[in-house]
Amino acid sequence: MSSMPTPDSTAAATPPDDEAMMQISLKVNGREITCRVAERKHLADFLRQDLQLTGTHLGCEHGVCGACTIWVDGVTARSCLMLAVQADGCELRTVESLATEGPDGHGLSPLQQAFWDRHGLQCGYCTPGILMSLTELLRDDPAPTEEAVRITLSGHLCRCTGYQNIVAAALDAAARIRSAV
Amino acid sequence: MDTPLPLPLRPALPEIDAPGRVDTKQMIGTRARRIEDEPLLRGEGRFLDDVRVESSLHAAFLRSPHAHARILRLDVAAARAVPGVVAVFDPATIARELTSLRMPLGFPSATLQKDITPWVLSGSEVAFVGEAMVMVVAQSRAIAEDALALIDVDYEPLPVVHDVRQALDSTAPRVRSDAVSNVAERVQVGYGPVEQMFSEAAHVFHESLFVHRGAAHPMEGRGVLARFDPAFGSITVWTSTQMSHEVMHTIGAMLGLDQHQVRVIAPDVGGGFGCKYLTYPEEVAIPAAARALRRPVKWVEDRAEHFISAIHERDQRWDVEIAVDADACILGVRGRLLHDQGAYTPQGINLPYNAATSVTGPYKVPAYAMDVLVCQTNKTPVVPVRGAGYPQAAFVMERLLDRVARELQLDRAEVRARNLIAPEKMPYEKGMTNRAGVRSVIDSGFYAATQATALARIDYAGFPARQQAARAQGRHLGLGIANAVKATSRGPFESAIVRVSPKGRVDVYTGALAMGQGLATALAQICAEQLAMPIEDIHVTCGDTGYVSLGMGGFASRQTVMAGSSVHLAAVEVRTKALKVAEQLLQVPMSELTLNHGRVEAIGRPGVSITLAEIAHKLKGAPGYSMPPGVTPGLEATGLFQTNNQAHANACHACEVEVDIETGAVHILRYVAAHDSGTLINPMMAEGQIHGGIVHGLGNALFEKMGYDDQAQPITGTFADYLLPTSTEVPNIEVIFSQTPSPTNPIGVKGIGEAGTIPVAPAIVSAIEDALSPFGVHICEAPLSPVRILELIDAADGRVR
Amino acid sequence: MKPPAFRYHAPRTLEEAVRLANELPNPRLLAGGQSLLPMLNFRLLAPDHVIDLNRVAGLAGIEETATGIVFGAMTRQRDIEFSPIVKRRLPLLSEAIQWVGHRQTRNRGTIGGSLCHLDPSAEQPTVAIAMDATVSIAGPGATRELPMREFALDLMTSALADGEILASVRIAPWANSHGWAFIEFARRHGDYAIVSVAVLLELDDQQRVTRASITLGGVASTPVRVQQAEAALLGSRVEAGDIEAAAACCALVEALGDPQVPAWYRQRLARTLTARALPIALARARGDKQ
Repeated sequence: MSSMPTPDSTAAATPPDDEAMMQISLKVNGREITCRVAERKHLADFLRQDLQLTGTHLGCEHGVCGACTIWVDGVTARSCLMLAVQADGCELRTVESLATEGPDGHGLSPLQQAFWDRHGLQCGYCTPGILMSLTELLRDDPAPTEEAVRITLSGHLCRCTGYQNIVAAALDAAARIRSAV
Repeated sequence: MDTPLPLPLRPALPEIDAPGRVDTKQMIGTRARRIEDEPLLRGEGRFLDDVRVESSLHAAFLRSPHAHARILRLDVAAARAVPGVVAVFDPATIARELTSLRMPLGFPSATLQKDITPWVLSGSEVAFVGEAMVMVVAQSRAIAEDALALIDVDYEPLPVVHDVRQALDSTAPRVRSDAVSNVAERVQVGYGPVEQMFSEAAHVFHESLFVHRGAAHPMEGRGVLARFDPAFGSITVWTSTQMSHEVMHTIGAMLGLDQHQVRVIAPDVGGGFGCKYLTYPEEVAIPAAARALRRPVKWVEDRAEHFISAIHERDQRWDVEIAVDADACILGVRGRLLHDQGAYTPQGINLPYNAATSVTGPYKVPAYAMDVLVCQTNKTPVVPVRGAGYPQAAFVMERLLDRVARELQLDRAEVRARNLIAPEKMPYEKGMTNRAGVRSVIDSGFYAATQATALARIDYAGFPARQQAARAQGRHLGLGIANAVKATSRGPFESAIVRVSPKGRVDVYTGALAMGQGLATALAQICAEQLAMPIEDIHVTCGDTGYVSLGMGGFASRQTVMAGSSVHLAAVEVRTKALKVAEQLLQVPMSELTLNHGRVEAIGRPGVSITLAEIAHKLKGAPGYSMPPGVTPGLEATGLFQTNNQAHANACHACEVEVDIETGAVHILRYVAAHDSGTLINPMMAEGQIHGGIVHGLGNALFEKMGYDDQAQPITGTFADYLLPTSTEVPNIEVIFSQTPSPTNPIGVKGIGEAGTIPVAPAIVSAIEDALSPFGVHICEAPLSPVRILELIDAADGRVR
Repeated sequence: MKPPAFRYHAPRTLEEAVRLANELPNPRLLAGGQSLLPMLNFRLLAPDHVIDLNRVAGLAGIEETATGIVFGAMTRQRDIEFSPIVKRRLPLLSEAIQWVGHRQTRNRGTIGGSLCHLDPSAEQPTVAIAMDATVSIAGPGATRELPMREFALDLMTSALADGEILASVRIAPWANSHGWAFIEFARRHGDYAIVSVAVLLELDDQQRVTRASITLGGVASTPVRVQQAEAALLGSRVEAGDIEAAAACCALVEALGDPQVPAWYRQRLARTLTARALPIALARARGDKQ
């Protein structure tokens, strides 16, 4: 979008009626789920409201800030730009799935641990989306350059950190993961 | 970016010395991992919209699409009839719930025009695009928005004030019918023999400067959740705020409730940056609705709303002159500031006042006069955003100094060095008074040293050669520098309770607010310094008025000083108490006792010890048993650090840029930031504040422009047009700290949250101007877009130096 | 910013999708959602029906055929980005696709969606025009083919009639030894380009241009092939004077202007980016070591 939106005045205001619902079956963080969801509800709201997975956040609802980023069938997607009903039959992964049982008992993934060690978050609102994008990056490119990390991050807005410590954490995590293999 | 991937090389990330695992017994000065982080990393944060109260309803607001209009007719019948809509509040219906339909002024003032604050809901006349008119409460936000579309309004558009300069035009329309004047207030600030200085000066230079700041845009917008308890007539309000107590008092006043009947809780706050440091109409309307409906009501702002109804910082037009002697020493600065306040004034004129009174910065200015016109326009209301006027002030001063240097053909750093306040002069009386009427005194600082540090790091001396070499290749490099001083630790006080429970749990409660800056960790470190225990074992609760009755909140880079000092005082008291009790119980003199990991033990004899839990249990009291002599009940203390003095942090930024003169693109090659923020509680967090502050400043300098057309309609309303810097546009920032402890508080701290932002725009603009010096470009504005840079190049006289 | 109410449909075949598109009142097609969902969230659109194409069988895929590389309309941009066929045979597209938004955008976005949405600065329409792509449109009657130039009618307006659905797009590769370059200028990485340039060159054995394609994106309401610039290069060795002449032609293309970006700036960028793209394409055509 390159200009200020103007309301669609020609569209008839839809007369309010009962919310149209649909049944969907999907896998979320490894768990099979079947439920009914409003057809117009976007996927981020479904995760947050219907599944109480509130780790995924809404920052803009127009596809720029990246706070809503999750995995859909193994790759990142902005969950505010998908309808929940589109996730029928899909495998979703959210930030809540990242922590695993680690040897140190904290259970954080190496990336999460690196964020903690490197002060890669301040208010934490943009963090879950960024973690999902960086987790994808490290899976696909185990030895990313700083530029590759910054390009991945460019799909996310952070107002607190200035990105520098996030970059440091990502590179640190990549090194740790490589040395652990 | 017009080069194919990969992007140009950038300087390497600075070496970080943070080890993977640090000693968990953290105290002041260590790079402690934050105690806030684990839940946030797991997605277990509790931001406002994550707070769930059963059977909550959801609100949405009808917001004016006109910048100025009379409301002739408002018909909500169709909206009320929508299935799932529970209530529709127009101004008349909400007024029944409130003591006033108009918000109170945030900072009381005798001199401001009356009737300049926002309405809770606006009924007869709207004065900016985004002004709230009607509140719909429904089963879901989606249904509430459906109902909004059915509200029928007849508007009579009225003439619009779209530019701050119209305030000087007596024939301009009035911003609101009830506005006495488009000039909300006019104030003269200054000191010293201004006329004399200017008449005697060897040189006088004039600049017209335009600074446009946009908005705060934390990643989490605003939000309010209110729950009314009919049994007690009390209300609990969760709100994403920077000032819980103020909000509590305002809600109480507006709903006719006493303090004990209103509890305001700040959840996790996803950034504030100033836009959550005021009480908004929505923060009154939502609790009113919850009480009226006897149902919890929640409102979560979306980004479209944030663009038009969360506060902005707005245009400032400065017409200024600097008078210098033959040696480029400043004799005086004077001028006029036209400040765009927007359609209403929620808080006061603190922003333009701050800007006008902080122009002199770290420099000796014997005489100063600024005529400040706080002007109203039909745009979103204005309140300080990160930097709070200081970024604009620094822009003015630094542009003037660059002008002096250029005119007198002196080195820019040298001109600054000649005018920086010397450390021997501290404490330095600035000649200005602050908002409280107290004379501004700079407590401490080594300004020349800070500048020298920044210049050494960026190899200022070697730059001319780099610039020449680049020019030979047709590349345009520039270097800019800027200094800044920020008065931090705004008083009058902050609150903290440090409490050890009979189970040994340590809690810190404070009226200060967390919004991502790591306040809890900082306070835990300060407390841990006294109680000698791991910060993970210290539980910090910020911004819950149910725990502390007094508090001020997070703004003006104050909380590390104010809350930190309060925690320090309370923790010292608790420590002293513990030692005193232990002395009696262990029969060991206090001087031979020490605290260690939750116990008091005899030095050298760790077997002789008692836990804090046991001491707390003793001090809990048991019927009939006496307290240890000379000791009050409870292993706890309240700290209320008070001050009218401000601790002054300072900074010098130096940056190297390359300007692509064919596209107008600016690449930042290096960015060096030398900062003195006093004693650093946690250097890792301090660096983070500088990184974030600088990138916010880069937004101000190059990207962020909240645009309006000549009907005061916003032309930037999404993140696609309003540009926040992303990771690919920002450099790796080199931060160098020096630590000059401040004498104004017991822990020697200075505030740090805003200092990073303040010198950025002038440093960047100075660098761009330097890069374009062959063209004689003279820059008087920010932000600077590539289009604007090409316009400036085209318009300049093209002199080749 | 919650979508207005609508009914959702997820047809499984193209025939069903076309039928729904023709029978349902006020419908909207949903492809990658990267453009549609923001508009729904902002309530800029209020369709009565949303027809999701993501379940339609056979609408995605990249196939090498005798007449060109055929992309099903629902082919994800991610798949284009990582396709060895595209990298080898359509390197211009391979390069351009990396500029489309961000990783998340390309994971969901589709080539068909981008071609139909026709944002004036979108990369895929620009490449499609540069390479004389042919689109295949399904409707209630027979499938019809249209050159991309005729498909891109006007600002964000394609030649799709109501009830029609873009089925695929075919792009004929250039000779194996051709040179290419795609450059765009944007404020931030991943933003919509302000201006972009797509260049293709074929040389004879004397290094003279036998075929040239120069396309500007973001300048006019649809991507523009600058035929005068192409003519200026034909037969030349793309020396400095030829580059300047071609760039000057590009600067003359009538440009859009708005409050943020005036027309003259787009024209200036058109010239600059063309001048920067041509040497890159030339070096690739000559097989120069990079």
